[in-house]
Amino acid sequence: MTNSITDLAGSECIFIIGSNAAESHPIIMGEIYKAMDAGGTVIVVDPRRTAVAENANIHLAIEPGTDIPLLAGMMRHIIDEGLYDAEFIEERTEGFDEFRQFVEGWTVEEASRQCGIESSMIRRVAEIYAKADESAVVYCMGITQHVCGSDNVIALCDLAMLCGNVGTEHSGVYPLRGQNNVQGACDMGALPNVYPAYQSVTDPDIKAKFEEAWGRPLSDKPGLTVVEMVRSAGSKIRGLFIMAENPALSEPDVNHVVESLSKFDFLVVQDIFMSETARFADLVLPGSSFAEKDGTFTNTERRFQLVRKAIDPPGSAKQDFSILCMLGNALGLDFNYESPADVMSEINRLAPAYGGITYDRLERQGLQWPCPNEEHPGTRFLHQGRFTRGKGLFVVPNHVAPQELPDDEYPWYLNTGRMFAHYHTGTLTRRAKQLDREVSRPYGEINSEDATQLDVGEGGALRVTSRRGSIVVDAKITDRVKKGSIFIPFHFTEARANTLTNPALDPRSKTPEFKVCAVRVEKEES
Amino acid sequence: MLLKVVDGRVVDTLPDRESVVGNGHLCIKGWSAHEFVHHPDRLTHPLVKKGDSFEQISWEDAISLAAEKFREIAEQYGGDAVGGFSSAKCTNEENYLFQKLIRAGFQNNNVDHCARL
Repeated sequence: MTNSITDLAGSECIFIIGSNAAESHPIIMGEIYKAMDAGGTVIVVDPRRTAVAENANIHLAIEPGTDIPLLAGMMRHIIDEGLYDAEFIEERTEGFDEFRQFVEGWTVEEASRQCGIESSMIRRVAEIYAKADESAVVYCMGITQHVCGSDNVIALCDLAMLCGNVGTEHSGVYPLRGQNNVQGACDMGALPNVYPAYQSVTDPDIKAKFEEAWGRPLSDKPGLTVVEMVRSAGSKIRGLFIMAENPALSEPDVNHVVESLSKFDFLVVQDIFMSETARFADLVLPGSSFAEKDGTFTNTERRFQLVRKAIDPPGSAKQDFSILCMLGNALGLDFNYESPADVMSEINRLAPAYGGITYDRLERQGLQWPCPNEEHPGTRFLHQGRFTRGKGLFVVPNHVAPQELPDDEYPWYLNTGRMFAHYHTGTLTRRAKQLDREVSRPYGEINSEDATQLDVGEGGALRVTSRRGSIVVDAKITDRVKKGSIFIPFHFTEARANTLTNPALDPRSKTPEFKVCAVRVEKEES
Repeated sequence: MLLKVVDGRVVDTLPDRESVVGNGHLCIKGWSAHEFVHHPDRLTHPLVKKGDSFEQISWEDAISLAAEKFREIAEQYGGDAVGGFSSAKCTNEENYLFQKLIRAGFQNNNVDHCARL
């Protein structure tokens, strides 16, 4: 994210789109409540009346997958009314003229027709966002998990730049990261196109730097993503090493994924539990939990934080660090690291943005990157005075409707996501007694009118079927969802929501469209 | 976040008042984070698939088996036939080593994790 979590408390307007922070990021929600207590306005955009929407000043329940029409309508009004930050655009950005032409190709009325929000309301929220002294944008996977997810993000960045809401303490763009170290996994180059600190694999100078440091020839061709590797099982990809990930539950169209997992010539899974994915492995290596290891995690505000070993791993399980060193050495690499701190000093040398992040400096509060040298205090918010690339570039977003929309055969919208008690594929949280006591069964949220029509009561069995498969979940009757829509969290192995989801990807980010597909919903007769 | 440890077992989770991030707060998952640590389902030995079931194997044998199989695949089909999923739950240092292992070990960039999911 461009800014820091606590900066949100000082924002005059917080525009939350495709995030249910009240359930998924409760600590961040605390800062949003502080902003509201101080008189700030919170606007939530989400097809569902989520917990964060219920607590907001304004909720826009748009039609699924119409984020760009809504944002284009808002920006049209901002431009028409002269509410944009002309000075910021002139001094700090480029590409505005072409972008303006795109926006002027929209009308507020056309936006309203597509996203299902009244024109007057689109104008009202546009004015609130643009007129506030400092406005922040908060988004999550409701934005990214669409076939045009990266364009959705582009449109949000355009909105922020249009109003000069970048580079100050309480403005900015906040993508909320989910897992404890998803930020760090990206920062460390666990991505097919970049080395640590987002250094491109296609850049010959960067490649040469890593070849020299690692003493091995490297490839300048971007690799395959998770979804692509699973799809290439037994053809392009023959051997796969999975460290603590569970694609058998987390990927779209899991029936197909499960078939693929058995097609690898050799599959190694390193995990702390026999996950749904580990069952398909030829070799299972027992790793360690957060309580059993030293190292660093990086949170969503780019803050490196130390984790310290409290106990030993159980039985003969080992720290993941040690397993990787053993395997690296067995493959003939020089992986003779004494400790995670030893690895960090190599990171300091090769990743300029983390050059000054040493264990000695981390202590209790951590450090936020960029932090290029040991004298640098770390960076609380990005793009102050100057964008990282120089000038902020306005990019025209390209709206693409969801790939699979309801039709006669599959007349309902399916939306999948998270809920407060569980985490991703539930490998950990389903095994935590307190959490499983909160919610222990798979469910689907449906509207009360639909429930009446289906003749299903609270907790009654619903069969949900898509072109890819079928599951049975308990009915949770709530007017948080609109008629004709069902929301199913994906944490439950006994009814895998991803049996139903559409594997269509955003072509640029390769993110699957988890937020919209078409299903049929029926009462399951017992 | 602080852990309360008694005789080598984590028995409770506590919020850290000095943390600028949590500021003395935890969410429900944080308060429950210690519960899965000692779960009886924890994996405690390397396991190798024999037919439809798993058998225990020593660390030494497990590591040489993994290295040998991956090397065989790389020799037969080329380094591009090997890939890896790193983890958003593991540390920065582990993620760094993981991507280095794939990139330097097999001369390709087939490394990713679940950020998009």
